[in-house]
Amino acid sequence: MTLKIGVPSKGRLMEKTFEWFGARGVEMRRDGAEREYSATVDGADGVQVVLLSAGEIPQELSAGRIHLGVTGSDLVREKLADWEEQVADLAPLGFGFADLIIAVPAFWVDVDTLDDLDAAATAFRAAHGHRLRIATKYHRLVREFLREQGVADYQLVDSQGATEGTVKNLTAEAIADITSTGETLRANHLKILSDGLIHRSEATLFAARAADWTGSAPATLAALAARLDIVLPEPLERLPRPTAAA
Amino acid sequence: MRAADRAEAERLFARFRAAGAVPVDADILLPADTLLDLYGEDIRARAYVTTDPLEGEMMLRPDFTVPVVQMHMAHGAEPARYTYMGEVFRRQDHRGARAREYLQVGYEVFARENPEAADAEVFALFAEVLAPLRLRAATGDIGILLAAIRGLSTSDRRKAALLRHVWRPRRFRALLDRFGGRTPVAEPRARLLSALAQTPVDDLIAAAGPVIGLRESGEVAARASALLQDADTPPLSAAEVDLLEDLLNLRDSAPNALGHLRDVAVDLPSIAPAVDRFARRLDALSARGIDVAMLDFEASHGRTTMEYYDGFVFSFHAEGRAGLPPVASGGRYDALTRVLGQGRSIPAVGGVIRPGLVVALTEGRA
Repeated sequence: MTLKIGVPSKGRLMEKTFEWFGARGVEMRRDGAEREYSATVDGADGVQVVLLSAGEIPQELSAGRIHLGVTGSDLVREKLADWEEQVADLAPLGFGFADLIIAVPAFWVDVDTLDDLDAAATAFRAAHGHRLRIATKYHRLVREFLREQGVADYQLVDSQGATEGTVKNLTAEAIADITSTGETLRANHLKILSDGLIHRSEATLFAARAADWTGSAPATLAALAARLDIVLPEPLERLPRPTAAA
Repeated sequence: MRAADRAEAERLFARFRAAGAVPVDADILLPADTLLDLYGEDIRARAYVTTDPLEGEMMLRPDFTVPVVQMHMAHGAEPARYTYMGEVFRRQDHRGARAREYLQVGYEVFARENPEAADAEVFALFAEVLAPLRLRAATGDIGILLAAIRGLSTSDRRKAALLRHVWRPRRFRALLDRFGGRTPVAEPRARLLSALAQTPVDDLIAAAGPVIGLRESGEVAARASALLQDADTPPLSAAEVDLLEDLLNLRDSAPNALGHLRDVAVDLPSIAPAVDRFARRLDALSARGIDVAMLDFEASHGRTTMEYYDGFVFSFHAEGRAGLPPVASGGRYDALTRVLGQGRSIPAVGGVIRPGLVVALTEGRA
């Protein structure tokens, strides 16, 4: 049986992933034409590369349709409940860095911390009759973070793109989004809260606990891990879920 | 849903009707807005949210309290006793044995007269119904905590912040440390305060960036001046912080707790009326045959659960079963009736039993 690795299907994430594996003697390359979503791999026997949208890789790992997958640590934490129960974190890949942060309009001189945001949110609700809106596509991560920090009187509104523009467009008062340089935030007159870092994301190689780890898969993974110089974080037999039905 | 659970629910439902409660029903699909406004965004992590093409966001009933209070506030006569039975749904984000769907049977009393007697009525009824299970009861009184905070010698703004976060222990702790002068002023705040001392706030705002979004510069300026005022507010005295902490950590038998609270009330007179209510409640419980000497009182009981309880709170647990949720729980929620009553309010107290847990404990399965 072949060991399937899900790899982002385009852009810098794909190139950087290919480079990372290539530097460790596992050559991946796209087949045929530019638009064809298939790839081959040399230097690792019994391994098949599956090109997928980075955003879909968490679900494919969760379902066990791929054994391994490369995607952002933010996406795995956002899309999978109890993510550590579903996937094992094998290796950070050293690229694809992005911070998930909370940002507010720069002119809010009275707001610099979550404590300020919480106080401003109460006053906002009293003045405007609705909870202070935070635009994001990272609902789970933001909600868990704000609950842990004890921030109240906010609401999350969904924004799948151009999130930095929502404040100006009056659809949100603050945002929670990923940023690498802060450039877009500054251009949109937003500032990051000093304690508003929710997660520091990085492209990461994950293993799926629900994948079929019978037959030759464990041996293939062990050989690949040796090649990539990664230490498997736990015995292979513990990779599958404790009980399939749980 | 097991047939035995449903049969037990029917039995409890009949028992509550026999105690004089009118049976009521509630929709399973509830409008999400009311629940979100009440509980905040956290409720999304605990309830199933779905979408109706015309009505918008809906939630699968996470509890009966909100729809029953709404029904009473819309067209209930006074006083009123209600009972209900049905499934509630709790979203589980973590793997484990916690139920996603289970039955609840509830009993609620809406009455203006003699609230301590109503507290005792609900508790004694639950104690009697659950007696065969030999559960451990824990009680508390959020009203005493709220009264203690209202009585602190500090600004109304600080008291409001503490009151708002009674149910979020971590932020409450941070606020108390800050107001008590135990944590230094954060560096960004210190910078802002010194800038405000030298430059008019409107100039600071104009220099920081263009005004965007619904929150206006006037709101920013108002909070900035509130921060300046707050910086001049003297810290809470160490004595008051100690009193409050002593109160938060109070755990004792009910009579001992009452004695202790009477002592605390000498230094913190604002809690005296709430302590008197506690004393009257113990008398009312005794009159209903509850052995209050054996009753546990924890001042912080109910602080980490749903935030609508604002007076007496109670729960019944199977002893030595830390992983098992309470078999029954309840409390007083006067403020909730005001929030949902659109200007009107009525004192209310009630609770729910989980028949599934009653059956599991009876059968020795749990």
